[in-house]
Amino acid sequence: MKKLDNILKNPLVSTVLAIILGFMVASVILLAVGYKPGQCLAVMFNAVFSRPKFIMNVIIKSSPIILTGLSVFFAFKSGLFNIGAEGQYIASTIVTTILGIILDLPPLIQVPVIVLGGVLAGALLGAAVGFLKAKFGINEVITSIMFNWIALYLCNYVSNSERFHRPESDGTFSIRDSGFTNLFYNWKFSKEGREYLKNNQFLNDAVLKTDFSLNFIIAVIMAFVVWLILYKTVKGYEFRVSGINVDAARNNGMCVERNIVYSMLIAGALSGLAGALTVTGTGSHNIHVLAIFENNGFNGMSVALIAGGTPFGCIFAGLLFSGLIYAGQSLQFKTGAPSEIVNIMIGVIVFFVALTQFMPTLVDMISKRRNKDV
Amino acid sequence: MKRSISSVWTYFILIILFFAIIIWMSFSGISIKTGLDDDKDRFSVAMVTDTGGINDRSFNTSSWEGMKEFASRTGSKARYVESVQSSDYYTNIDKLGDENVDLIFGIGFGLADTILKSSGINPELNYAIVDFSYGDDTPDNVSGLVFRAEESSFMVGYIAGMTTKTNAVGFVGGIAGQVISQFEYGYRAGVDYAAKKRGVNIDTKVQYAESFSDSAKGKAIALKMFSDGCDIVFHAAGGVGVGVIEGAKETNNFAIGVDMDQSYLAPKNVLTSAIKNVGKAVDIVSTDLLNGKNIGGKTFSYGLKEGCVGLPDENPNLDKKIYEEAIKIQEEIISGKIFVPYDLETFKEYQKR
Repeated sequence: MKKLDNILKNPLVSTVLAIILGFMVASVILLAVGYKPGQCLAVMFNAVFSRPKFIMNVIIKSSPIILTGLSVFFAFKSGLFNIGAEGQYIASTIVTTILGIILDLPPLIQVPVIVLGGVLAGALLGAAVGFLKAKFGINEVITSIMFNWIALYLCNYVSNSERFHRPESDGTFSIRDSGFTNLFYNWKFSKEGREYLKNNQFLNDAVLKTDFSLNFIIAVIMAFVVWLILYKTVKGYEFRVSGINVDAARNNGMCVERNIVYSMLIAGALSGLAGALTVTGTGSHNIHVLAIFENNGFNGMSVALIAGGTPFGCIFAGLLFSGLIYAGQSLQFKTGAPSEIVNIMIGVIVFFVALTQFMPTLVDMISKRRNKDV
Repeated sequence: MKRSISSVWTYFILIILFFAIIIWMSFSGISIKTGLDDDKDRFSVAMVTDTGGINDRSFNTSSWEGMKEFASRTGSKARYVESVQSSDYYTNIDKLGDENVDLIFGIGFGLADTILKSSGINPELNYAIVDFSYGDDTPDNVSGLVFRAEESSFMVGYIAGMTTKTNAVGFVGGIAGQVISQFEYGYRAGVDYAAKKRGVNIDTKVQYAESFSDSAKGKAIALKMFSDGCDIVFHAAGGVGVGVIEGAKETNNFAIGVDMDQSYLAPKNVLTSAIKNVGKAVDIVSTDLLNGKNIGGKTFSYGLKEGCVGLPDENPNLDKKIYEEAIKIQEEIISGKIFVPYDLETFKEYQKR
């Protein structure tokens, strides 16, 4: 029995169990509103796994939420709640787009410069929140929510401004080609590239038809970097101590205030990286008028929650989340299930995964009761 | 410390294993039978709305009506996908590409980039874009659908010019651009035409709302125009226009609707509407493709002649005589007797004549 308890307490096992449970409850909901759950789940499975293109798209779309997830995770470990990942993300897309349009450098310099600009924008926004908290004790949740809105409207302003607005559209011009981080971008649209890809079904699907880029690999590397900072450096140790007990950190001579600013700076930079890479690597390489938040930052919060105790969890959580969103869009189209139902399904699954953290407590409770009975 | 290192290794092994599985899977491509009828043999059309959504009571709704009409007449399959954000455009168009759709419509110039990109990636698919022309650079698998909205705007301009009692009329535009210019200059030319005929001077006030959705702003602009002496205001501003019509209702003046017959919004205060029947054009293009015509690489222009723009059949607030005159003008436009300007340059040319 004790062995079983330990297995159940393993975060990996309990997360998988939670995902299965989430799918089960989602099935019940689907059944209740009149859709065949088996069919829906099969559609969702196909939407992710039936073609190389789909798998590639899920991976590509996971990169920004892995990065914002890491951002929220990092702040969380230092005892801060970075609800501003969304705003930092948007601020970064704005700066990256502006720099990408204005600057005209060779690709090897252009890419780092505009990405760094975006990262810096996110980092500054994060640091500003941290500074307000450290200096004046203003709750970081309130300030970062406000910064989210400021970033959103700034984005709309820039999208409509005379200098950057592209006529006959609701967005800005695209950044210059030299700033693209897509791999094989010029080659795959050239004649030779097309000819070559025609004969290779797999590459044709996975490379030509997607925004094939380095983003995901960078996100994975960043997970490792976050782990290094948090667990292998003195500063990281200080961050974690402040996260667990601020008073203990202060009494041991750590400058908690400065650490808050640093921690938010790094968290903001991670969100900024997500935004910058999205502009350079995917879509139409620009920003456009936002009616509502695109949820890249907010999904990052869910990702960080699902990830559990380690930054590497963010990678899997990000993939799971992006898979759910991607499959959800197909589900709506194929079965006619309203998008609300699809979102409820995703919500339920995330909810159960978030409950994972209570699993050990639950197991303890059950085993205690069992022991009492004996 | 040791524990954390070993856990890192566990994660590394997991990550590598995970990717091994994914790569293996993606080479083979696994799918489960869903039992859903894929209808591979049936002709199928689909559209992606712009951010206005399917119920915008304007060109998205109109397109969908036309598509449904086409589907029920020919036994084809019609589907739509709604976009909430501009960033949804690419995903939606891209997803439709995987669904055996014979013709994919992008509704609105906002989707122009997306259609261009997708058509380059999927040369085997057919695309069409509403309200946008790539001109000479139109890819071989894309058709542009543009409307000569200036023709119906000229007619409502004429009606406004003939009906106005204060000799001042107004125009409220959405976001300035090629499409809205057609409405503005067609309308102004129509007003001028009526003014000459009546031998009076009619003042046309023009203002842009810089939005297609801010109906409060539309109302504010309309109220200002009415208090400045206008008694008829024409709008070409999507959702902003709902506010314009509201303003007309409040001050008991006339508004002129756009895209669809908008008289249901204020039965007593909508003089007429400049109809732009996108649905009909969608129907025509779909039918052409179904009949095996080559529609790719071209831009089609639809106007009074094709019955894609015009006036509603019933205009209870409109003087019968003026309506009949407007119909006469319609014929003169079709026959080319009246030249209708569609932008500032052609408008200046028009004024010189």
